[in-house]
Amino acid sequence: MSARVLVGVKRVIDYAVKIRVKPDHTGVVTDGVKHSMNPFCEIAVEEAVKLKEKKLVKEVVAVSCGPQQAQGKEIDLQIISNKRMTVGFILQETIRTALAMGADRGIHVEVSGKDYETLGPLQVSKILAALAKKEEANLIILGKQAIDDDCNQTGQMTAALLDWPQGTFASEVTMDRDMLKVVREIDGGLETIKIKMPAVLTADLRLNTPRYATLPNIMKAKKKKITTVKPGDLGVDVSSRLEVLNVEEPPQRLAGVKVETVDDLVGKLKEAGKI
Amino acid sequence: MAALFTARRALGVAGGHGVRCLSQLAELPELHQMMRQTCRDYAQKELVPIAAQLDKEHKFPAKQVRELGAMGVMAIEVPESLGGAGMDYLAYSLAVEELSRGCASTGVIVSVNNSLYLGPVLKFGTEEQKKQWITPFTTGEKVGCFALSEPGNGSDAGAASTLARQEGDEWVLNGTKAWITNCWDASATVVFATTDKNLKHKGISAFLVPMPHPGLSLGKKEDKLGIRASSTANIILEDCRIPLGNMLGARGMGFKIAMQTLDSGRIGIAAQALGIAQAALDCAADYAHKRTAFGAPIGKLQAIQFKLADMALATESARLLTWKASMLRDAKKPFTKEAAMAKLAASEAATFVSHQAIQVLGGMGYVTDMPAERHYRDARITEIYEGTSEIQRLVIANNILKEYQQ
Repeated sequence: MSARVLVGVKRVIDYAVKIRVKPDHTGVVTDGVKHSMNPFCEIAVEEAVKLKEKKLVKEVVAVSCGPQQAQGKEIDLQIISNKRMTVGFILQETIRTALAMGADRGIHVEVSGKDYETLGPLQVSKILAALAKKEEANLIILGKQAIDDDCNQTGQMTAALLDWPQGTFASEVTMDRDMLKVVREIDGGLETIKIKMPAVLTADLRLNTPRYATLPNIMKAKKKKITTVKPGDLGVDVSSRLEVLNVEEPPQRLAGVKVETVDDLVGKLKEAGKI
Repeated sequence: MAALFTARRALGVAGGHGVRCLSQLAELPELHQMMRQTCRDYAQKELVPIAAQLDKEHKFPAKQVRELGAMGVMAIEVPESLGGAGMDYLAYSLAVEELSRGCASTGVIVSVNNSLYLGPVLKFGTEEQKKQWITPFTTGEKVGCFALSEPGNGSDAGAASTLARQEGDEWVLNGTKAWITNCWDASATVVFATTDKNLKHKGISAFLVPMPHPGLSLGKKEDKLGIRASSTANIILEDCRIPLGNMLGARGMGFKIAMQTLDSGRIGIAAQALGIAQAALDCAADYAHKRTAFGAPIGKLQAIQFKLADMALATESARLLTWKASMLRDAKKPFTKEAAMAKLAASEAATFVSHQAIQVLGGMGYVTDMPAERHYRDARITEIYEGTSEIQRLVIANNILKEYQQ
């Protein structure tokens, strides 16, 4: 099988961090806060790498959208060329982590400033759809949702834009030539479907356990290529159709009230207008 | 101006890896950041949940050692051609610190295998010896150990009373080695024995002995104060016969091999001590946020703040020394003084920080419900093994006096 897999990876605030709302209520504090790869994206990368190890897929390409980060400049004796593609200066930690897990190369879609703040599933799915066509990918694996916005839309939108079948909330994937058997986690239990490639999959929690990057792979990741593209190069307009009006913390949990009898309880609930 | 230029060059250029300069003390290269994060994630998810149990049961973390082997952590400096990760000593010290932050015993197991066992074989072994004694020990399936100390001499390493005599095409070893870390779980050891008594410390040679092996037996596992998941015991050699080809380095080179190995191993122990100190600091700082007294979190009290500041200062200072020693070693510059400073600073920081951490936690610091008491117990040994604090001071002083030679 000569499949090429595109895996989307998103850089999100680390799951263990205590989120704080910005004083101006326009969003949450991200400056200086620990970020890492979205856990569902890790599972997606792991699945793609596993398919490659089983020789069912020939290339895994990790894609991420975000600003160019200048941190971690490596002062190197080698002469750094001016071309954007030089690996030395551009640091996209999330893509590198995917490379260290076993992806073959990376694509950094450069989105900065206001565009990055308002980037959402609609724009990302348009970008992924354009890349899938450009890279001639026949499989896209994404995390089912990101832990910062919990949208759970990108996979579905990407499939729709490409008019490809989708296997979302995948907890088990089996590839047989160009057919995919996908076991999906749904509210009622598990649903098994068969879809034909090219297709889009979104990874759910139980699909696999992501590997730790081995030290040799971290070293190899350094030599793997990351190319940079702009949404404009792909013909995608990233302006947002949504405007965030307000972001606030959930209300503080109030103390409860103890009552003596069931009648009292009913009375209190009626008082509060709940029944 | 000229002095500044010389100073920069002195810290300066290493081949291949890029310029080793002071800015790296401020921010590590990307590669090192990534591997540090990987080790930190592993320690957080796989070691922290089991560390207390491993300590209680004195249990060797075999599964974790294999997983670390698969990640390349058991043989960081070993070139890829021999099965290692092919990274540098800075990467190694970062790895040991992060793993020790999760479990100090696991940290020392990793350190001993890397620095004390693989280190000398890599540096002094023949190509044949490297294939036989290195490659199987890179995967985590097998670990090695280092047998220098004896019941009669620790700091006094030149007085090795273990003897090796040649009989035909074999060496025959007799004697007892003490305090050998990993020995109950090891598959090979580097043993130091006297081949020519009249040459004193120039008559000591190094040997590679497989384990188990006829003539080699192990004493009872020591019941230690800390790092209990790592086994420590005597190695008893009674007419232990090994082929002539098992000598490591040349005859009489043993003392030199031991000293050079310990120079590097020191950095590993400094890293382990840093991990323990950091874990204790994490514990205390977290508690300072949560515990309330006198109407506010205790972190608001100056007494606690001063403690936390001193703890963080001691840890960070020792960390910079450790990084510097590693970078000098990677740049193939002399690093003996810096390594001794790093080990001294880090081990004293570990005991200080873990002591203060218990103080911050109060009664909670004294019980096994919190890890503070384990950090306190684990920290203590770092001032003793691989060169006591007193020996480190002698090493530093000797180097200083040499620098100021009249």
